[in-house]
Parts: sequence; structure tokens; C-alpha cells
Amino acid sequence: MIRCKTSKEISGMGHSMKRKEDDRFLQGKGNYVDDIQLPGMLHMDIVRSPYAYAKIKSINTEAALAVPGVIAVVTGKDLEQYNLHWMPTLMSDTQMVLPTDTVMYQSQEVAAVIATDRYAARDGREAVMVEYEPMKAVVDPYKALEPDAPVLRSDKEGKTDNHIWHWEVGDKDATEKLFNEADVVVKEQMHIPRIHVSSIETCGCVADYDKVENHLTMYMTTQAPHAIRTVIALVAGHVGLTEEKVRVISPDIGGGFGGKVPVYPGYVIAIAVSFLVGKPVKWVEDRSENLQADSFARDYHITAEMAGTKEGKILGTRFKILADHGYTDAAANPSKFPTGLFSIGTGSYDYGTAYMEADAVYTNKPPGGVAYRCSFRVTEAVHAIERITDRFAMEVGKDPAQLRMENFIKKEDFPWKSPTGWEYDSGDYHAGLKLAMDTVEYDKLRVEQAEKRKNGELMGIGISTFTEIVGAGPSKDFDILGIKMFDSAEIRVHPTGKAIARFGTKSQGQGHETTYAQIIAEELGIPAAHIQIEEGDTDTAPYGLGTYASRSTPTAGAAAAVAARKLRDKAKKIAAYLLEVSEEDLEWEPGKFFVKGAPEKVKTIQELVFAAYTNHPQGMEAGFEATHYYDPPNLTFPSGAYICVVDIDKETFEIKVRRFVAIDDCGNIINPMIVQGQVHGGLTQGLAPAMYEELIYDEDGNILNGTLMDYLVPTAVESPSWETGHTVTPSPHHPIGAKGVGESPTVGAPPAIANAIVDALSPYGITHMDIPITPYKIWKTLKAKGVIE
Amino acid sequence: MKKQITVTVNGEQHTVEVETRTLLVHTIREQLRLTGTHIGCDTSSCGACTVLLDGKSIKSCTVLSIQADGKEISTVEGLAKDGLHPLQEGFKENHGLHCGFCTPGMLMRAVELLEKNPNPTEEEIRWGISGNLCRCTGYNNIVKAIQYAGAKMRGEETPSTEPEFV
Repeated sequence: MIRCKTSKEISGMGHSMKRKEDDRFLQGKGNYVDDIQLPGMLHMDIVRSPYAYAKIKSINTEAALAVPGVIAVVTGKDLEQYNLHWMPTLMSDTQMVLPTDTVMYQSQEVAAVIATDRYAARDGREAVMVEYEPMKAVVDPYKALEPDAPVLRSDKEGKTDNHIWHWEVGDKDATEKLFNEADVVVKEQMHIPRIHVSSIETCGCVADYDKVENHLTMYMTTQAPHAIRTVIALVAGHVGLTEEKVRVISPDIGGGFGGKVPVYPGYVIAIAVSFLVGKPVKWVEDRSENLQADSFARDYHITAEMAGTKEGKILGTRFKILADHGYTDAAANPSKFPTGLFSIGTGSYDYGTAYMEADAVYTNKPPGGVAYRCSFRVTEAVHAIERITDRFAMEVGKDPAQLRMENFIKKEDFPWKSPTGWEYDSGDYHAGLKLAMDTVEYDKLRVEQAEKRKNGELMGIGISTFTEIVGAGPSKDFDILGIKMFDSAEIRVHPTGKAIARFGTKSQGQGHETTYAQIIAEELGIPAAHIQIEEGDTDTAPYGLGTYASRSTPTAGAAAAVAARKLRDKAKKIAAYLLEVSEEDLEWEPGKFFVKGAPEKVKTIQELVFAAYTNHPQGMEAGFEATHYYDPPNLTFPSGAYICVVDIDKETFEIKVRRFVAIDDCGNIINPMIVQGQVHGGLTQGLAPAMYEELIYDEDGNILNGTLMDYLVPTAVESPSWETGHTVTPSPHHPIGAKGVGESPTVGAPPAIANAIVDALSPYGITHMDIPITPYKIWKTLKAKGVIE
Repeated sequence: MKKQITVTVNGEQHTVEVETRTLLVHTIREQLRLTGTHIGCDTSSCGACTVLLDGKSIKSCTVLSIQADGKEISTVEGLAKDGLHPLQEGFKENHGLHCGFCTPGMLMRAVELLEKNPNPTEEEIRWGISGNLCRCTGYNNIVKAIQYAGAKMRGEETPSTEPEFV
């Protein structure tokens, strides 16, 4: 049970308060980008390349311009005049806005058609004639590194290969020595496939440039509006769009999952066109464009190794990664972390030796490297450690739950320094796994499995006990293009004791309008129902780096608590003045200060706020407002213990997830209903890549499943009924002891499912299968093993 | 080519001029300015555009506006006359929505589902909404929301909306 300090009326932390944002969404009154319709607004559609790699010989726009309603066609050559044909990526690489001579992936933007309505724009798109000279595409990242591979980024002076960067962490020599001498070494080759966030709302914008005011309002599907404003000002300042002349509005967002962090070419073209014609320009991509061209996630090829003793003690790990980045490194990571936070991959286990290295490579595929509901490559890391741990358990002949219990970092050993340099803040991994095992009745399941195996039935039990790393991040290490990754809250309480609070983050469904209000209610005792939350308008909200990587509660949530505490300190001064006592004589309980030992001498927060406007002490600043920019001292380290039970049909190899128990520990819980909802959603987004989703390319770089008809987002039928629970290990350094949770289940679920399937097939000598694991893949694997004909 | 059509939307009659190729979802959103109906894909896969056409749930991205001539359309904006419809209440009470983008389509689909089957099992609900994708919620709470609305519409006591944490 979660204990609450505040009454239900106040609804501070721990209350399952119903969401404040729901009423507008339920009644069709949400305001998403495509709902915005401005007078004189033009529509933009984009011509895309049918080839993965080709020279552009010519672009003929004549027929397109003759289409009624079409007013312009923009090409790379047009943008080149303004030096806008290339743009920087978040990882300081370069990406084409529109190409001048070469296309680098199928569905890349080639030209933009501007028209008076969306149908005319589409007609114009079909009428643009582009002549290409196709070239042999480089699709396989291993082949891209071969000496005779064509150099894809010939635009970069002196570039002689397709290698982007090398990264490493840990002690290479010590790890090598350990692996040479260890009793047991296991090794698996894994591919974490390329997938797509596919939020139900695609990406889009309305760029509205006002020539008279020299002012740009950019309505945009972005998870980070403030950073976008700064980037626009840095890129377009020379044409007069300085930062005070740019307003970015991120209205309601229909799901983000990291896919709405990057700047896509469509946004830039829309701004350029609006700037040139002085009219609002709307661009909303369709689903196929979204799947085929917007940032992918994952696509890591990992060689994972673990060394240990015959008794099952883990001694070390070694991971080698080949990262397929497509034609440019446009990953959404903090600038100093090319592999994101992959270095969390030593996991929940107590050992001291590890080495990880990664090489990134260019191929003729779309750029990306975004989250897919994951904190910067943590899913890849967790998959590697949780799969190889199971492989190790199999090798030493130990139950995977038992092996984990024996190797976990102990509760009392926190803060714990990982071999790759992180300081885990807190955790109780034994308690989490025990609760998961008790809930699922683990021992009984193993007995049932043994019985079923006698009859050749395929039942598997899979475990994942992961450590997450969220809340980027401390300013000494974390920045995006130089901007430190703090976040902010500004609270303004009106004379009658009702408040408005604004944040540098931006909810895309996480429920900030409710949970932030609850944090402030917890600290000030003002009912959450009377605290209005606003985000996403750079003209009004304080600066922040946005919402992704489960960072909002660890950063902006902390800022809310600290800002509210500043106000509580002010309220205390006013209370001392009004009650004619010293501050030390006052005691706080949610919503009021009273004199110690004389509870009848009391002032409510509402009275104290009113006094701040009507009767404040002389010398004190009037009003009741506070702002805080929170620079986290460390990241937070949520954890989870997941157990999955699968049954696989002996004939068809159809996989049925019979049960899935997820125990999460995200520290103190703000709103249990919302946390549980986040876990459900994250689990389905963990199921998806484990069993269904993968962006598939043929050897010419053609995408084979670029629509929702063949890119298999799970429906309610595939998604099992999730069973959830929690343990609470507060973060010692976070003001409210919270950690962040949105992505934990997406990170933790895939290896639990993969481990369960491999467990089911283990009697047939199967030690590993790459996700997504499909009936066809099982059939192929068993056939290759000679198990079936 | 343009054509005039007359449709009754949420009980109100509208006569509008549309191109023969204009999709119903665009007429609803852009001419009638009822933007609660959303567009999430281009292959009739996601169901975000679901509305009722003469009481039957359809994906309005796959119907031409001229096909709706003379018919009745219900959208999320017309679901409740006053306050919240039991389905809307069910979604709110059970946290059946996160970003809200799929929600109007889910609601309109569920209206027909409960009309045809007032007391569906969990499996019937899951199959019943399998033409509507949600990327945020994992569906658990959407199922609960529809069960809640079903109970309410049958005049029975609604199930608990407390989170089922262990």
C-alpha cells in the first residue's frame, strides 16, 4: 500500500488522482498540430526517392506547377541559395534538408510541393518528374566496413570509408585477462533490430511567419520546444529570426516515444517556405512517410560475452557493438554519449570487470537512433546483459532466477559504483525478483514445465531483472549541443490560493498536467485540482530540455518540488509575521502552518498566499511566485523484475504469452494509476519488438514493410493482460525520492520474452534467438537444428 | 469535380460542397471543423478516424464524403449530450487514455461494440477493438474502461477503478 501524506482533497503524492487532461481528449477537444487551421494557410507535400542510393540527374517541376492550386515546388538547389540545403544533426553530423545531387535512402525527401490545399499538394507531388541514376546501395553494416565498399559520404572532405566513430568504456586489458583465465565463458551474437516508434499521431508542423512583425510562430510536434527555438535562432538568426522573434508551440502531442525529438527536413522546409511567402505553411506527413523516413530506433549488432565461475558467479562482461546509423548520425543522445547510456549494460549484478566498445557505420538507410520509449540505448544494453546472463545460467546449469539472486548487487551496497563508471543511487533487486516469483508462483511453473517437457510440449519461463538509468542529466556530463540538461518549473500562486505552474518539459501522454500538480500539492497543500499546468509554449514556459528518456519526473518534477519549497519558506515567514511568533515556533502540515503546541493558532496556505498580496511584511517582496532550474546531482536508477510465461504450439509454433508479471521500482510514486498505466503501455512496446516489429530492408535498400499494413504494431489481441506490481526504493538524491518509469517496461520486457521463448526451446539445443521471434523464425531454427523436417 | 452533399452530423444537418474524391475524414475535420476525429495512417489500419455512419462504426479515411450523402454521422463531439457518456467516464476513471490521439476512434468503435454486445468478455472486447491501434496504454485499461461502461449502461454496479498493484 502506498501511504499518502495529504488528504484526497489535496491529492498530493500517492493518490490515484484522475487525470486533469482527460476531459478535453475524451470530448474531441484536444488540440493537435493537424487541428490547427490558419487563414491563408498553405499545404506542403514531399516528393520522396524511390531509390536507396542514386544520383539526381534532373528535377522537372513544370507539370507540377501547372496543377491547379500548386504555387511552388522547392528543391535542394532552391535551398542552396540560402545555405539551407544541409542542417546539423544532434550528434554534430550533417543531414540533407533537400538533396542537390544525391539521395542516400529510399523515401528521402527530394522536393517539396506547396499548394492551397492538401489534395492539390498531393497532385503536385505526383507530377514532379525526377530523373535518377541508381547506384548500388550499401545496406549491410558489416559490408559497409569492407575496404572495397563505396564511400557513401563523399560530401565530407577526406572521408575514405563508412566508419563514423569508435567508442569504448571499461578496462580492456583486465577484461581480456579475465576472459582468458575464466572457467566459463559464454558468447552470443545478437541483433537488436531496426524498429520505429510509430506514435499514432505522425509528425508535422504549421510554420507561420509574419512578415510585418518579422516573427515566426512554429506549431510543431516536438518533445523539446525550447531547444528547437534555440536551434532555429542559431540557424536562421542571420536572416533576422533572432530568438525573441521565434515562438515554438508544441500543442497536444499524440505520442512521442523519442520520435518527436529530432528536427526533420519537413519542418525546416516549411519554415523556409513560410518565411519566403509570408503565409502559414502546414506539413503533416502520412503514416508511410513516417515509417519510411523518420528516425528509426535500435539497429545494434552486439557480440555479447560473459565470464564466470562454474558455480555461477558472474565475473565480467564484454560487449562489442556495430551500430547501423543510416546515412548520417542523427541519433538523439546527449552530445558526449554517442552510444547513449549503453554503458548501463553491466546490469544489476555485482562484478567489477567489463569492457564495451562500439563502432558506428554509414549505410543507405534512413538516419535516426531515437529512443522508442527508451532512455538512450538502454534497451539494447539491457537486452545484451539479460540474454547473456540467461545463457550463462544455462551453461553452468543453474536456474536463471537462482543465478540472478546469487549475483545481484545487495541493497546495502548502494550507492554502487559500476565497472563502467556509474553510481547507482539505490535499489533492492532481491525484493523485486522475490515479489515477481511469488506473484507468478515460479516454483509451481517450473514443476509444470518439467511435466510438459515429458510430452514434448513447449512451455518457457523467462526472467529479466534490469537496471534502468534515467533523468539526464547532471550538467557536468550532460548537454545537447552545448545546452545543459537541467529542467525547470515556475509556480505562480494567485491571491485566492489557486496556482498556475509552467515547465520546460512537454507531455505527450504521460499525464504531466496531473502529476506535476500533485507534486506541488504535496509540497504546498494547495489542492492539485486548483493547480493548472502548462507546457510547450516557449513564450510563456521557462526554458528546459523537454520530455524524453523518462527525464521529466527526475528533472522537472524535482524542479517543481524545489520551487514549491521556496514558496513554503516564504509562506512560513508570512505565517510568523501574522501569528507574531518566530519561524522556529511554527510547524507545517500539508496546507497550513501552526504554532507548535497551539494548533488553534494556524494559518492556511490560502490565507498566507492572500497575505502575500494584501498584507505582506514590510521589506518582503510581494507576490507568491518561484522558479527553479534543477540540475540533477546524479541520474536515477529505476529497476524491475519481470517474469514471462509462454506456450508455443508444437505444430504451428504460434507463441502465446500466457502470463507476464512486471514488478517495477521507480522510487516514490506520484500517482499509482498513472505509473501502472505507463507500465502497461511500456510492456506492449516491449512485446512489439520482441515478437512483431522490425523495419526490413532488401539488399537494394528497399523497405519491405513501410506501412501499418505490414509493420506490425500490436493490437489489443496480441497484447496480453499485463500483471503489474511494485517495490519502492526511493532515490536518495531526488527531492521527492522519485525515479522515472515511462520506459522501464519497454527496456525490460523484450529480454524476458526472448528468454522465455529460448527457455521453451532449450531442450532442442537452442541457446539464442534474435528478436522479433516469430513462428516462422522458430520453425526455421528448429529445422536448421534438425529437430523438425 | 465538386458535388453538394447533405449530412446529419451529431444531429445537426449540414450541406457542404466537396470534391468527389474528398475523404469523409477530411470533410469532417476541415470543413465541419470537428477535429476530434483523427488521422493516424494511410492504410485503414489504425482506426483513429473511426466514426459512426448510420450507427455503424467505420474508418472515415476509407469512405468518400459523397458516400455519406444523406446519411447520419456521429463523432466523438456528439457522444454525450451533457457531461460524459458512460464510455468517456469509463476511459477517465480507468486511465484508458494517455496521449488521447487514438481515444476518439476507440470510443466510437466501443459505442457500436457495446450496442451489439452489451456484456462482452475481455476476449470479445480485445477482438472488438482490434481494428484500432493504441501505442500508449497497452490496452489493459481500455478493456477495463469498456467493461466499466458496459456495466454502467446495463445499470449494474461499476467495477473498481483502483490500480491493480500487487
